[in-house]
Amino acid sequence: MLATTQETNAYDTHHNALTGDGVRGNPDWLCSIRKAAFARFNELGFPTTRHEEWQYTNVAPIAREQFRIGVAGIVPTADELSTFSLEEDCAARLVFIDGRFSTVHSAVASLPDGVTVCSLAEAIVTDGSPVASFLAKHATYEDQAFTALNTALLEDGAFVHVRKGTVLERPIHLLYWSTAPEELAASLPRNLIVAEESSQLTVVETYAGANGSSYFTNTVTELIAQDNAVVDHYKINREGDRAQHIGHLQVHQTRDSNVTAHAMTFGGSLVRNDIGTVLDGEGGECTFNGLYMLKGSQHVDNHLLVDHAKPRCDSREIFKGILDDSSRGVFTGRIIVRKDAQKTDGKQTNQNLLLSDDAKADSKPQLEIFADDVKCTHGATIGQVDSDAMFYLQSRGLCKEAARNLLVYAFASDCVSRVRIDSLRSQIETLLFDRLLEGQRPGEAT
Amino acid sequence: MLEVRNLHARVEGQEILKGINLTVNAGEVHSIMGPNGSGKSTLANVLAGNEAYEVTGGEVCMDGKDLLDMSADVRACEGVFLAFQYPVEIPGVTTSYFLKAALNARRKHRGQEELDAMDFLKIVKEKAKLVDLDARLLNRAINEGFSGGEKKRNEIFQMAVLEPTLAILDETDSGLDIDALKIVAGGVNKLRSKDRAVIVVTHYQRLLDYIVPDFVHVLVDGRIAKSGGKELALELENKGYSWVADHSAETATSA
Ligand SMILES: Nc1ncnc2c1ncn2[C@@H]1O[C@H](COP(=O)(O)OP(=O)(O)OP(=O)(O)O)[C@@H](O)[C@H]1O
Ligand SMILES: [Mg+2]
Repeated sequence: MLATTQETNAYDTHHNALTGDGVRGNPDWLCSIRKAAFARFNELGFPTTRHEEWQYTNVAPIAREQFRIGVAGIVPTADELSTFSLEEDCAARLVFIDGRFSTVHSAVASLPDGVTVCSLAEAIVTDGSPVASFLAKHATYEDQAFTALNTALLEDGAFVHVRKGTVLERPIHLLYWSTAPEELAASLPRNLIVAEESSQLTVVETYAGANGSSYFTNTVTELIAQDNAVVDHYKINREGDRAQHIGHLQVHQTRDSNVTAHAMTFGGSLVRNDIGTVLDGEGGECTFNGLYMLKGSQHVDNHLLVDHAKPRCDSREIFKGILDDSSRGVFTGRIIVRKDAQKTDGKQTNQNLLLSDDAKADSKPQLEIFADDVKCTHGATIGQVDSDAMFYLQSRGLCKEAARNLLVYAFASDCVSRVRIDSLRSQIETLLFDRLLEGQRPGEAT
Repeated sequence: MLEVRNLHARVEGQEILKGINLTVNAGEVHSIMGPNGSGKSTLANVLAGNEAYEVTGGEVCMDGKDLLDMSADVRACEGVFLAFQYPVEIPGVTTSYFLKAALNARRKHRGQEELDAMDFLKIVKEKAKLVDLDARLLNRAINEGFSGGEKKRNEIFQMAVLEPTLAILDETDSGLDIDALKIVAGGVNKLRSKDRAVIVVTHYQRLLDYIVPDFVHVLVDGRIAKSGGKELALELENKGYSWVADHSAETATSA
């Protein structure tokens, strides 16, 4: 089949299809959101390395390709997906294949009163759904082309809503699988998580896909933690080896809310995680915990923005990178402390362990402080495995590889131990160890 | 057991060991003394296989095998143990986890079966008691936040678990109070047997009241300037190292 109309932009085509007259799932409120976002996306265009925020990350491989939406490869079997699932009893497991909710793969156990978990597509067409009052209110896209694109084309994803005072102990697992057909495919999941006053919940997002062919994931999650809510969020990136993954987690927190978000990156060839929160009420607390373990020519950019808008909020950022071969890890940690945000306590740490001479790490703190009574610290290290520690372990009988692996594992251990879901923690430990053993050069094996 | 011949070694391009000769037989305890910076730790590290030290000449044999040809871990599996002058802190790795890995590496090297968790725990409990080490410390990261005394006892504890044939103690006594010193010495004396040898590097004759050496060597400027019996330690205590240094010219020419 000859594609003679390739010149028509795939995103244009899809946007027009979504926003046409009489299209299902296109209520007026949403139509105008999509149209405004698309207009902004077209103004912005894809960023280049001339943008300060994209200085270290070149997205030309995404910009120059025509990724198509809605093309699919081989749908995975339940067995294939099981390696990505949690062993714990989950409150709900939603599976998305190429960005679309898959009923057959998903399981929603009976949820307690006050909890809604469904696909965003369903929520959009459900009468009286609270979606309209929250969607696209916090993931702003004035300067974020990818978020604008995601908003312009938003269609499906997860909707999680926990009402006031409701405590959900069991985690909610969201699994995004890309089938990676030979033609370049894009998926644009859009998630909305709302934790009302004094509620509690845990959400795990796993991104995974087939190896071998290139695909593009552009995902946006908005997480709203209202007064006194406690939310744990995990994002596990196990994308295929040729995936380009651009993700944005935007948190909005009000008074006394407590959000912990983990970003664990193992997969993908080009990955960007934009992680942001606005601490918009006194006494709020956020912890961003990150780990990236890279090999080959993987490029991973974690871009954090913590906006202290109100007084007496605490923020903690701990990101660790383990970089092998010619991989590159980028960390940018921007902290804004607004004029009102007295008694802010912000701490940021980024540590990188280079396992090869060709690996490279960049670490850039950006503190913009407009209040005077604040405590803000940041620290960054880039180094190799400590040779004194290596000798200590070897002098007791551990071979070079075992000693190195133990030290690398130890480096990551605090990030891993902060994962509070047992099976997820052991999944990450396994990923770490597998990666370490894989990295073992021939001849050094024991 | 250990035969060191004309050993030369460098650190960062600077020659530190300038021809060491030393013979240690099974069952013996040798003490190496000497002024600061004379090369005692360098010798200990070279024997244990620290790659930061470059051997530029000479030979080291243990039980007829060329030690210099082996990496540090193989030497450890062959029975060499170094108690570090400055034990390394390793966040994120517990002593018990790492010691089990070490013990099993050795057992594997000798064709023995690996220990299971229960057997290992039994050994660990018994040996921890021996050096009066709070067993809870073993579930903490290696040496992290340990006091000086705890670090030294942890070294002796590891030695007791690993049961080396050649133990090298680098100033394990420095900075210890008398009770801790007795514990350390007790650990070493317990290890003493006709099949094993110990090299005790120390600054202070005090330790030698508790670990009585068969031989004492004085290391000055990268060479063994004087050797003798345990009475040499006392003589050094009275006369100071300068006394040996003055004599070293003669020793060197007569060698
Ligand atoms: N890793 C190293 N890097 C650079 N120089 C070193 C290193 N280790 C030892 N040296 C140097 O080698 C010389 C001998 O040091 P060594 O530690 O062997 O002495 P020592 O006899 O053990 O001293 P002390 O009694 O203080 O423990 C010193 O001049 C020291 O500065
Ligand atoms: Mg020394």
